[in-house]
Amino acid sequence: MIAELGLAVLWMAAALAVLQLFAGVVALRPGGAAMTGLVRPLAVMQGALVAVSFASLITLFLETDLSVKLVAENSHSMKPVIFKLAGTWGNHEGSMLLWITIMAVSGGIVALVEKRLREDTLIATLAGQAFVSLGFYAFLLLSSNPFERLPEPAPEGAGLNPLLQDIGLAFHPPTLYVGYVGLSVAFSFAIGALVTRDVGPAFARAMRPWVLGAWIFLTVGITAGSYWAYYTLGWGGWWFWDPVENASLMPWLAATALLHSASVLASRNALRAWTVMLGVIAFSMSMIGTFLVRSGILTSVHAFAVDPERGSFILALLAIYIGGALALFGLRASTVTEGERFSLFSREASLVFNNVMLCGTLGIVLLGTLYPLLTEAFGTKVSVGPPYFNPVSAIFVLPMMAVMCVGPLLRWRKDKPGRITATVAIPALLFALVLLAVVVFAPAIRVLPMLGIAIGAGLAVGSWLPLRGRNLRRTPLSVYGMVVAHFGIGVALLGAASESAFSTERLAAMNVGDTQTVGPITIKLLNIEPVAGPNWTALEATVSAAYKDGAPVTLHPQARTFSSPPGERTESALHTRWNGQLYAVLGNEGEDGRWQMRFWWKPFVPLLWLGGLLVALGGVLSLIGRVAHDVKRLRAEGKIAWRKTRMEQVK
Amino acid sequence: MRILLALLFALLALAQPATAQDLLPPAPYAYKQLEDPALEAKAQRLMETLRCLKCQSQAISDSDAPMAGDMRHQVRTRIAAGEDPEAIRAWLVERYGDYVSYAPQNKPIMWPLFAAPLVILLLAALLLRGRFRRAGIKGDGQ
Amino acid sequence: MSEPEPKRSRIAIWLPLALFGAFFALVIWGLVRPADREVASAFIGKPLPQFALDAATDGQPGLSTADFKVGKPKLLNVFASWCVPCAIESPQLDALAKQGVEIDGVAIRDRKEDVARFLATNGNPFQRIGKDDLSEVQLGIGSSGVPETFVIDGKGVIRYQHLGEIRPEDMDLILRKLQEAGQ
Repeated sequence: MIAELGLAVLWMAAALAVLQLFAGVVALRPGGAAMTGLVRPLAVMQGALVAVSFASLITLFLETDLSVKLVAENSHSMKPVIFKLAGTWGNHEGSMLLWITIMAVSGGIVALVEKRLREDTLIATLAGQAFVSLGFYAFLLLSSNPFERLPEPAPEGAGLNPLLQDIGLAFHPPTLYVGYVGLSVAFSFAIGALVTRDVGPAFARAMRPWVLGAWIFLTVGITAGSYWAYYTLGWGGWWFWDPVENASLMPWLAATALLHSASVLASRNALRAWTVMLGVIAFSMSMIGTFLVRSGILTSVHAFAVDPERGSFILALLAIYIGGALALFGLRASTVTEGERFSLFSREASLVFNNVMLCGTLGIVLLGTLYPLLTEAFGTKVSVGPPYFNPVSAIFVLPMMAVMCVGPLLRWRKDKPGRITATVAIPALLFALVLLAVVVFAPAIRVLPMLGIAIGAGLAVGSWLPLRGRNLRRTPLSVYGMVVAHFGIGVALLGAASESAFSTERLAAMNVGDTQTVGPITIKLLNIEPVAGPNWTALEATVSAAYKDGAPVTLHPQARTFSSPPGERTESALHTRWNGQLYAVLGNEGEDGRWQMRFWWKPFVPLLWLGGLLVALGGVLSLIGRVAHDVKRLRAEGKIAWRKTRMEQVK
Repeated sequence: MRILLALLFALLALAQPATAQDLLPPAPYAYKQLEDPALEAKAQRLMETLRCLKCQSQAISDSDAPMAGDMRHQVRTRIAAGEDPEAIRAWLVERYGDYVSYAPQNKPIMWPLFAAPLVILLLAALLLRGRFRRAGIKGDGQ
Repeated sequence: MSEPEPKRSRIAIWLPLALFGAFFALVIWGLVRPADREVASAFIGKPLPQFALDAATDGQPGLSTADFKVGKPKLLNVFASWCVPCAIESPQLDALAKQGVEIDGVAIRDRKEDVARFLATNGNPFQRIGKDDLSEVQLGIGSSGVPETFVIDGKGVIRYQHLGEIRPEDMDLILRKLQEAGQ
């Protein structure tokens, strides 16, 4: 019964979405005021029904109801509970249901709590949200019904691929997913504001928490994904500029730009059209990323995972929503004034610089990702990889990071350079000193890592300067959030640059008892023996590693073999120290009986992911600060209103 | 989801390069570094920018595919023999086309890609030019 | 906002939609184009590189560049005993050999006993088979996988590359390419 319930409420939710769109459109027309009161309750009910539908699917997976096709194809009665749960969204249909759930529930929350926005703008926003959801409802209900029953219950589930039974893999994809879909809320706000020509600070304030929330999830998702690739792919790389990775990076870049331009709009009522544009672009990037990966249009190993038909469906949705939004922008943008002006030397100007550089990076990543397809249209196959992306994105990213030390110190509207010269001198001096030190002590390293280390060091210190001279107890949480996030960027840059500049590699054929060195670490191969896991067998090496003259630690890199379906996978072993990480991999046995081992010593590489997490933490602090502030204001306003009515009653 | 699947298939592609596995040991310099660290660094830099033809979306320096191993052997032995890295790249490009090199080649079809950052910066300057100047005048007037 | 807004350029407003249109056109083309994930050799029309490979199996000679400069077009088949599609194409290779086409083989990363077993099972259309343990000849002629078949003319110049296994429907094409190479 649960499957039928899930499907029924999903259809009902879709019907409510139609109503929500209809009521919204009528309400916005002259004489449609009667419908105004309907939109919010519809949005809330739609969200609740979809949540019930998603809960039904989770229940089916937890119970392993094998009469449901999706469960039979993707689950197994013997699977650990956590992977049964993850199985819910670990497939196309379930992930689409998750998508629509996040979208509808967010819509419901907007309808419940949003009080600052003009009523007609909010109604337009909710109607827009309903319009976007409808495409995905259609996709789900017409072509990928997750609740389909089998004519006969399957005797046992097909199981989830053992490679997917990794706790990181169970939660990394939905994390990115929440980020992708969260940006749809920003998109709907942008549409709503364009429709009612109400692009102002209230719009930016209403949109900001949603962008911030989505951005936190994207940051965590990308950081975790990078770490996952690093420890499983077995060659020590953490970013390959692969189309799939770029697909997750592009929405993040757009969301970061949007976050900053929205803060200009919220505080200073400037950059109006630009912010609306970014709201559209951010969600476009989510959808373009989804499309690029699912359609398999780009030459990549990921071509296996694709279904061109589903790709076409996403492309059609892309054309309707993004094409439509951009056309709406074209029609309305000339009526949206740019808002307040500011001087070339002001907080706003530094944020404009940030936006230009982020969008420049975004443009480069998008173009570089699509370029092989473009040249193929002209009959040439090419590859665009790190040798292009690294230096060209650095053109945009490194100056932006330098400005990150200065921007937050500036005043809104207009500032005098003299006021902050002394403060900025601190990171500038540090930058110069570090650069000099690197040039003197490590002249062999490449230019980009060299600059990266110097700018990273400058930023890691400079990011704290906005707190200078402030009363730390009275400083709003959102300022701490900004400081921590900027600090995280500096830390991550330091980690990345250090990894690129100072990593040492040792490939060695070893007998048991042999010793090797990599960087400052001495490694001894102690033993190799077979071990068995729940659904794999492995050869496991026991390796002792000693840093300089310190006490040795023991590591266990494995070469795992999975039986169903067959596959091999290296399980690298990591030893993390405060100043770097040892990365050990066990390869094949050579003809002479020696073992192929690979070792890397990567100084300060953990800073990379630590930095990513700090950035996300900054986002969380900022979000808490903003939401707490809003709640406080709402309460205060409520009290005032209550007193007013009391006063009138008394009179 | 797609990230999940994509990563999974990246893994599978690593584990099983399209067809069955051969039984031969890897080429001598597939998993062995050159003695001279300077030459090895040179080889490493080149290998990071050559595409593995078998796995298609990885550099030969990141792949366990046997053919990537053979390509690493080629690169290392040629570097050891004193060949210039760019000459080795050119040798491969002559045989496999630009596809084999992750470093974009200096050919007319790639020029737009290199012009892109300039175009973006110019566009931004063009969009912003009028605004700041006016703002400046106004700001001074206050 | 006392000052009138500067007239924003029309072009800038419609630029995003134009770019999106370009993107859309590109990916539509990408979706309808025939799937082409093979890496074709860029070495067509160039002479074979110098090589001299040892015999891949006992009882059959090895292969060198000189063996192709005999004034008559030949096929060069890149294969391996561990490759499944190579077994699939062997009836077609046998048929070609029976029609008088000279076929030489290059066995990639293979052991002598495995090659012998492969030939015993699937037939032996080859005149000579070279043993390419380091994929040197494969890299030298721009081949990126197994099986691949190259048409080499009588002067040792590569004329045509067939990617993947030769299926029965490819036979005519191969024969035509051989004929063209012989002219």
